[in-house]
Amino acid sequence: MYQAFLLKYAEIGIKGKNRYKFENALCEQVRRHLERIDGSFRVVREQGRIFVEAEEDFDLEDAVEAMGRVFGVSSISPVTVIEDKEWDSLTKAVGDFVEEQYRDRTFSFKVKCRRSDKGYPYTSPEVCVEMGSYLLGRFPGLSVDVHSPDVFIWVEVREKAYVYSKVYRGAGGMPLGTNGKAMLLLSGGIDSPVAGYMIAKRGVFVDAVYFHAPPYTSERAKQKVVDLANQISRYTGPIRLHVVNFTEIQMYIYEQCPHEELTIIMRRYMMRIAQHIAEESGCLGLVTGESIGQVASQTMQSLAATNDVCELPVYRPLIAFDKQEIVDVAEKIGTYETSIQPYEDCCTIFVAKHPVTKPVLSVIRRSEEKLAEKIGDMVTEALETREIIEIDG
Amino acid sequence: MEAYFDNAATTSVFPEVGEIMRKVMEQDYGNPSSRHTKGMEAEQYLKKAAEILAGTLKCQPKEIIFTSGGTESNNLALLGAAAANPRAGKHIVTTRIEHPSVHEPLAYLEQQGYDVTYLPVDKNGRVKVRDVEDALRDDTVLVSVMYVNNEVGSVEPICEIGRMLRRKNEGVLFHVDAIQAYGKYKIQPKKLGVSLLSVSGHKIHAPKGTGFLYVADGVKIKPILFGGGQQGGVRSGTENVPGIAGLGEAARKIYQDLEQKREKLYSLKNQFIQAMQTLPGVTVNAVEGIALEETAPHIISVSFEGIKSEVMLHALAQEGVYVSSGSACSTHHPELSGTLKAIGVADSLLDSTLRFSMSFLTGQEQVQEAVAAVEKVLPVLRRFTKH
Repeated sequence: MYQAFLLKYAEIGIKGKNRYKFENALCEQVRRHLERIDGSFRVVREQGRIFVEAEEDFDLEDAVEAMGRVFGVSSISPVTVIEDKEWDSLTKAVGDFVEEQYRDRTFSFKVKCRRSDKGYPYTSPEVCVEMGSYLLGRFPGLSVDVHSPDVFIWVEVREKAYVYSKVYRGAGGMPLGTNGKAMLLLSGGIDSPVAGYMIAKRGVFVDAVYFHAPPYTSERAKQKVVDLANQISRYTGPIRLHVVNFTEIQMYIYEQCPHEELTIIMRRYMMRIAQHIAEESGCLGLVTGESIGQVASQTMQSLAATNDVCELPVYRPLIAFDKQEIVDVAEKIGTYETSIQPYEDCCTIFVAKHPVTKPVLSVIRRSEEKLAEKIGDMVTEALETREIIEIDG
Repeated sequence: MEAYFDNAATTSVFPEVGEIMRKVMEQDYGNPSSRHTKGMEAEQYLKKAAEILAGTLKCQPKEIIFTSGGTESNNLALLGAAAANPRAGKHIVTTRIEHPSVHEPLAYLEQQGYDVTYLPVDKNGRVKVRDVEDALRDDTVLVSVMYVNNEVGSVEPICEIGRMLRRKNEGVLFHVDAIQAYGKYKIQPKKLGVSLLSVSGHKIHAPKGTGFLYVADGVKIKPILFGGGQQGGVRSGTENVPGIAGLGEAARKIYQDLEQKREKLYSLKNQFIQAMQTLPGVTVNAVEGIALEETAPHIISVSFEGIKSEVMLHALAQEGVYVSSGSACSTHHPELSGTLKAIGVADSLLDSTLRFSMSFLTGQEQVQEAVAAVEKVLPVLRRFTKH
């Protein structure tokens, strides 16, 4: 007997001929996440699921947590592998398993069986019935309930036999690397890290861009963004973070354009710059943490005005989320505490008291004409002087 | 170029201090409580440091209790003195501009049933001796006044308060937070009538995590840390031998030619203030109508009209000039600086105030650099001020 894990996946089961690509990507991600914990594991594909066999001692909680972060995995079950599947030794091993897993053996249960070894002397229903009566005999406190048992005891008879009863929920989604790459506009706030997490959950690799405006934003604000990128990279894998110095552009806009349009025009330039970097990096879209109506710059009119400058598709995974729903995810993925550190908006100089909430595109475009003289050079300069930070993941 | 003007926050460690610490950590690493020779060697460092420190205060080595720094010294002084003198009364007198490591333990004592009087200060940040005297009651057990204020550099009338307390001869304990004053002034607690005096190491080029509390012979305090009974049971815990050795060395160095060094600092301070006062919309706090020598030599508080201190701070950092903001960003820290408020800085300037603080390592060039940096960033930032 030894320990292993059975990982199940939902969506990639239906991807036809590309299936092996998805399964390989998934195995690779499982390996990557397990590399970071103590122990040595073998990850193998087997008939529509993945087996992870532990080759030495490991911490169960760490392992479940690590695999729980892998997108594409729908559930994780620690299983006991029974090499000698001959009936008497199988029943004893399943009994030992129950004894080991459950201190309090007064629950109701149902045995479920899958049998791929068709030569096995018992059919699946027979295994269920016989195993059930063996367990009842060995543990008098147990009772059978075939409709809503407290515990399902799964017995699988393949080349070897497997028994498991606990099922942990996986991260869901699709394996990283199965859906290309996108450029995330990452700020120090609560929303954008969550947006990055959510897009990665659909199998998308993520790079990120952060707009830094020293001295109006501090080095600590930048460090906070690096910390956030590190935190989401536990899910998204390596992130290349582009830090763009936006001060000159921001000040130029401030001087040339109406103050109530500042935020919109700034965001339009952020989008333009992000798009430029995205195209250079082979990204297929931009990702933002915008959600309709959250702030003045996220009304539908404002979103349309910023969207206007983008040729790449802009993905907004949080578009219909309420703030609390976003906070819930941020807490789950561990970015919330970092996001609420107060370094970000210390400098509200560039936020107008009454920003436009219903910008008119033609008006905004006309205002931007006032920037014609220098803005091209400034954007080029910002692109050229950007700092690139590799986040390992 | 780098001009470090945040010495009231912390200082660099003197190279000699680093050397001696390294030696203690790598070679003479014994536990001073161990009976063997390694232990004795370590104990020698403690003795030597206590002697040096006692020498600077003209007191006895046994009156020095090593701590982990200013916060612990202040906590030990206030909580320890209160606990040791329960029958002497439950009233404490202090000022509105003390450091949080004094105000917070006092707030804790208030919860325990103590009554604390917080005295106001004038526009230059000084408490009136008369106010202290008037605040005294029959049940006053302790007076706690800082020597030098950390935010604006005001110097409190410690000598006069001590004299007044001695004249009244009522056995009221006198605690002085000397964290910003030690190493800048020759302080003789006995002469001043001070019973407890707090010192921090990292403000005088010793490492962080070091400091001491002077406890006058005969003054009883109770410990706030309990354990192996080191330092006569007043402060349990294996002594930070390398840190203490470093603290002794730093104190020895800093008190050499103190007068000359202080004069140099005053001349730098004077230069800096003069330069600031020529700039429009710039005010130097807590120096109005008094001689420069009545203020601390190393701290200068400056308000810049219309500019957020944090923005200015980052802009100066870009120029290689490191300072502190008089108060943090108001959106997230509603409690703006108590000291600035207490000395009557206008509300509009509370979030526009920076502290420039020097040490004996600060030179003329750095002052020029800092002035140049201010002159450079001021007009740029003013252009983008919200009106």
